[in-house]
Amino acid sequence: MSTLKLDEPMVKPQKRKIPRWRKMNPLSYILLGLVGFISVFPFYWMVIVASNGNDEISKETPTLLIGPRLFEVIKHVFQANEYFGIAMWNTVFVGTIVAAAQVFFSSIAGFAFAKLNFKGRKFLVLFVVGTMMLPSQLGIIPLYMLMANLGWINTLNALIVPALVTAFGVFWMRQIIDAQVPNELLEAASIDGAGVFRIYWRIVFPLILQSGFVLGLFSFLAVWNDFLWPLLVLNDPQQFTVQVAVNQLQSAYTIDYALNLGGAFLATAPLLLLFLFVGRKLVSGVMDGAVKG
Amino acid sequence: MSNATSSLDTRKRKPTNIFKSEDPHKAEKPKRKKDKERRKATENGIKALNPNWGYAFVAPFFVMFLIFGLAPVIYSIVIAFYNWDPLGDEQQFSGLMNFTDLIVDDQFWTALRNTFSIWFFSTIPQMIMAIGLASILRNPRLKGATFWRTILLVPNITSVLAIAIVFGQLFGRDFGLVNLALTYLGMPAHIDWIAEPLPSHIAIATMITWRWLGYNSLIFLASMLAIPSYLYESAELDGASKWQQFRYVTLPQLRNTITFVLIVGTIGGLQVFAEPLTLGGNMSGGDSRQFSTLTLFLYEQAFVNNRWGYAAAIGIFITIIVIIISAINFAITRRISSEEND
Repeated sequence: MSTLKLDEPMVKPQKRKIPRWRKMNPLSYILLGLVGFISVFPFYWMVIVASNGNDEISKETPTLLIGPRLFEVIKHVFQANEYFGIAMWNTVFVGTIVAAAQVFFSSIAGFAFAKLNFKGRKFLVLFVVGTMMLPSQLGIIPLYMLMANLGWINTLNALIVPALVTAFGVFWMRQIIDAQVPNELLEAASIDGAGVFRIYWRIVFPLILQSGFVLGLFSFLAVWNDFLWPLLVLNDPQQFTVQVAVNQLQSAYTIDYALNLGGAFLATAPLLLLFLFVGRKLVSGVMDGAVKG
Repeated sequence: MSNATSSLDTRKRKPTNIFKSEDPHKAEKPKRKKDKERRKATENGIKALNPNWGYAFVAPFFVMFLIFGLAPVIYSIVIAFYNWDPLGDEQQFSGLMNFTDLIVDDQFWTALRNTFSIWFFSTIPQMIMAIGLASILRNPRLKGATFWRTILLVPNITSVLAIAIVFGQLFGRDFGLVNLALTYLGMPAHIDWIAEPLPSHIAIATMITWRWLGYNSLIFLASMLAIPSYLYESAELDGASKWQQFRYVTLPQLRNTITFVLIVGTIGGLQVFAEPLTLGGNMSGGDSRQFSTLTLFLYEQAFVNNRWGYAAAIGIFITIIVIIISAINFAITRRISSEEND
């Protein structure tokens, strides 16, 4: 009886009516609506400015409606930088390779850290966590020198190779595999005679596919949005990534808001489209990765 | 929750061993032992699997990290002691000169001041708002919960560059929507959000907050959902008000998450550069350096002025602050948790 009593509060709430403090305040919806509005407004504004042109937004009361000139501006962007399309393709290319590599290398290392009993494992995990605290710009000059020595300046290699695997990805995958892959399953497979790599590939990898997908998405987004490193190592417009191409549109002499925001729109629209389909997965990915308690 | 259910299930499936009494305390024991074994298995890895594969599996990460992560960091420590010119053939050893120069460099102190000002305006209000939003989002009666969670994450996926271009326009002095909105709200504003130091910091902090608020709300939300509900129920029985429940149950339980968000926010805050870079259009951080940050200053020295040794010294300085702040954060959390255990 006494054990049952201990369990009581954890099981019972489902039957109980929801406690008082959980009632929704209508003000909450207004607040959420406001934050939601502010979250998407800059994207909407991007389209307004790009589609109306500079004159329209320089009025006392600017319009809040989408204008007729969106396609004109997009055409203008492709004229101002004839390699804009190539830059988008370059970014997709780099992002896909980096995402795939991150998922593979992070999950296999995370598997080893979570489930394999090799010597020095604990120390190495701590080491991985410690490296996450190093500010990335600390090594940027030698990294640039290294790229120069390898002859990778002005090539996409300079973006791909250093990004193939990160400490964050490895640690994240370790946490996921530790929590989501039951040991019994691995033991059973091992008794059936499966090798360690086979176990990783046939059992662990399918189980963590969801989380792997989220990691891949975040890696892709990081590549798509990275700005300074590509700006430093690339100077041939044919090798640009999308952010560098957008930056290129900004002229030092005159500010053409419509052109700039047209470029920003082109660099953002594919992500928003992607987000429509994978937004929910990203939300659960962020929440899975959070430290709890 | 799941623990409680599974322990009930175990008792149902294999009721009692004939050698043991019917006492539920005893029935609980084998389960506990299994739990312990399981924990041990996760701590030590699974015995059945050949552990030596572990080295091969983690090797790619370590090889890549040594070449593209650690080696550059170590090498930049070397560079910091040289008067390094990327165009020169032979580099000149300069001892501590880069560091002593840094201490007397006004531009450096300006950048440091700006960085902390922007950090303050972007971290503290954001954290309060994120905890507030999370406490709304956690409510099981909230309608459209997935929709709200998803829409809050939208800002996080877009590039700083694209967004900085939009915000630069929104914060414009003459035709910017922010000034216009303030005027409509009865505060006639003609604020130059870019040329004046404090407004420019607030503008940059707004961009950072806009980008990270939803993300951090979700982090806090995940953490809140993990708080056992019986804590609230007993608080409720004790007659605690909503605010008291938040103050004495939710906040203490969020301690680790707050530390985590603070550390990550601080490390990120010390590295802010994309927003000021785009807002100003070059690496000087505004006409009077009013929003030059430490990292922007580093890049300016490295890639505009070609002073690589000096830039490396700035990088080391940033790293030292990051380590100190993380250590202080850990120490404070530890102290709070040990006080609570007393």
